[in-house]
Amino acid sequence: MEKWIERQRHLIDFTLSSLFRRKRKNAALVFVYMLVVFLLASVVFFVQSMKKESAAVLKDAPEILIQRMVAGRYEIIPLSYLEPVQSIRGVSSARTRLWGYYYDPVVGANYTLMVPENSELGPGKIIVGEGVSRVRLANAGDTMEFRTYAGEVIDLVIESTLSSESEMVSSDLILVTEQDFRRLFGVPNGFATDLAVRIRNPREIQTVALKAAGLLPDTRQILKDEILRTYDAVFDWRGGILIIILSGVLMAFGILAWDKASGLSSEERREIGILKAIGWETSDVLLMKFWEGMAVSLASFFIGVMLAYVHVYFASAALFEPVLKGWSVLYPRFRMIPSLDFFELSVLFFLSVVPYTVATIIPAWKAATSDPDSVMR
Amino acid sequence: MMIDLIDIRKVFNAGRPNEFVAINGISLRIESEKMTVFRGPSGSGKTTLLSMVGCLSRPTSGRIRLHDREITSLPERFLTEIRQNMFGFIFQQCNLIKGMTVLENVMIPSYPLGERHASLKRRALDLLDIFKMVQKAESKTEWLSGGEAQRVAISRALINNPSYIIADEPTANLDTRLSQEFMDIMGKLADERRTVLIASHDSLVYESPRVDRVIDLRDGRIAEREA
Repeated sequence: MEKWIERQRHLIDFTLSSLFRRKRKNAALVFVYMLVVFLLASVVFFVQSMKKESAAVLKDAPEILIQRMVAGRYEIIPLSYLEPVQSIRGVSSARTRLWGYYYDPVVGANYTLMVPENSELGPGKIIVGEGVSRVRLANAGDTMEFRTYAGEVIDLVIESTLSSESEMVSSDLILVTEQDFRRLFGVPNGFATDLAVRIRNPREIQTVALKAAGLLPDTRQILKDEILRTYDAVFDWRGGILIIILSGVLMAFGILAWDKASGLSSEERREIGILKAIGWETSDVLLMKFWEGMAVSLASFFIGVMLAYVHVYFASAALFEPVLKGWSVLYPRFRMIPSLDFFELSVLFFLSVVPYTVATIIPAWKAATSDPDSVMR
Repeated sequence: MMIDLIDIRKVFNAGRPNEFVAINGISLRIESEKMTVFRGPSGSGKTTLLSMVGCLSRPTSGRIRLHDREITSLPERFLTEIRQNMFGFIFQQCNLIKGMTVLENVMIPSYPLGERHASLKRRALDLLDIFKMVQKAESKTEWLSGGEAQRVAISRALINNPSYIIADEPTANLDTRLSQEFMDIMGKLADERRTVLIASHDSLVYESPRVDRVIDLRDGRIAEREA
């Protein structure tokens, strides 16, 4: 055993010394490979983390949303629809919600306006998300001008800005009073945007949704799980699109690295001949090349993954932000929740380290199986 | 204790238009613990013959017996083992590995054997000390003069304590003084009861008083004469 360890140690010593001797070539290889891993790992981290973020956001969301449909289109819902829903067994609470979108032509951004459930917000006052505050350069005490559905201009005073765990949802959010909301959008009293239903037992969600559909035939029920699945699909799709966009670059890098790794220079071929002539077995040469491939690819893999981690979680994926997040003007500034998916990382590992190591071993095997007497010529 | 070559033939590119017979039916007994020189012009088959004796390549036909053991039909792994334990090689170009230190170059043949690093290093330094190269142990090989590189190559050939030293045109790149120095070293190795086999067409080598036997080769055949 000790002999085996010493042998590995000597071969690793030799490998490291070989790598250092060809430091330019190897540094170029590590750089290229690291870049490939960095790009792929960034996408993986980003998509994972966005999915996790949306799951976190929806954690406290109601289990079912009920919207009224008229001629296949979404309409405001009468408050009278609330009572039959509340009476369904299994529903722990149901309430009406008032919310909508407001387009601000000054900055070309859409805000989400919402009437909070329990708030002591006074009339004429609003609370704004950090994105709104940023884009309008407005803080607590400042006045924001809004144009109502009837064309009338109203001023609302910012009481405070929102501090939320995740800026992803609150960035474009403005909280207003019910009175101001109805005035702004013309939603008549007795109507709401939709109904939010909470259910304690997750197994009853489907049944409650079915019962609600029976009681209120002109409504549709949106389940929280469906929203989550949609988010997952959207982020997977965006990640996929990004990988397709990057695939040209990745392939170019891949071919370059493969070419560099798989071609043996005449110097390397000569060296393998010398090693064989002075008593190294073919297996020793292959083991040495294996360690060489491992050293280069592992170093690239770990550096690439670490840089991707920093890029996504500390620099908010600055390179991909516009493509992946998909907000038009109000980019939320938030630190994503670090999320490591070991399955995806292992796939990345096997797609980068294994082919590279094989690419370095095959030409060495070819050179090492020929007669070593070539060094005598 | 000897090496027997029985009707050895080595053909390169057999069956092709550029077929070349490098060794054409050589039978020979090489005695152990003596210094034997293979002499002949370029292309006479000296290097090819030595590479077969040293288990670096196999004959196309014929047999080689090393200490009464038939080695021609052994699998590659066993040939490597014999090469590793019994032969030390000194090549015309020295064939030191560039970019590595003198000490590392001397230690390389022993790496696959799994000897403890400290004892291997001590043995390598002892050898370098014998050849007055210990002060250059940490130098890179490309900074060495021709004579220094030759002495490092000899140290490397001796690291596994082989019974046979095979040297192929060892003085081709050395001046007269260094060539004589080389032959003195080879003489000492023969005195240590090692078998020294040298391929050379340098008169400083085959006329050296240390040589026990000179074998003339021409066109892959033997024209022998005793030194």
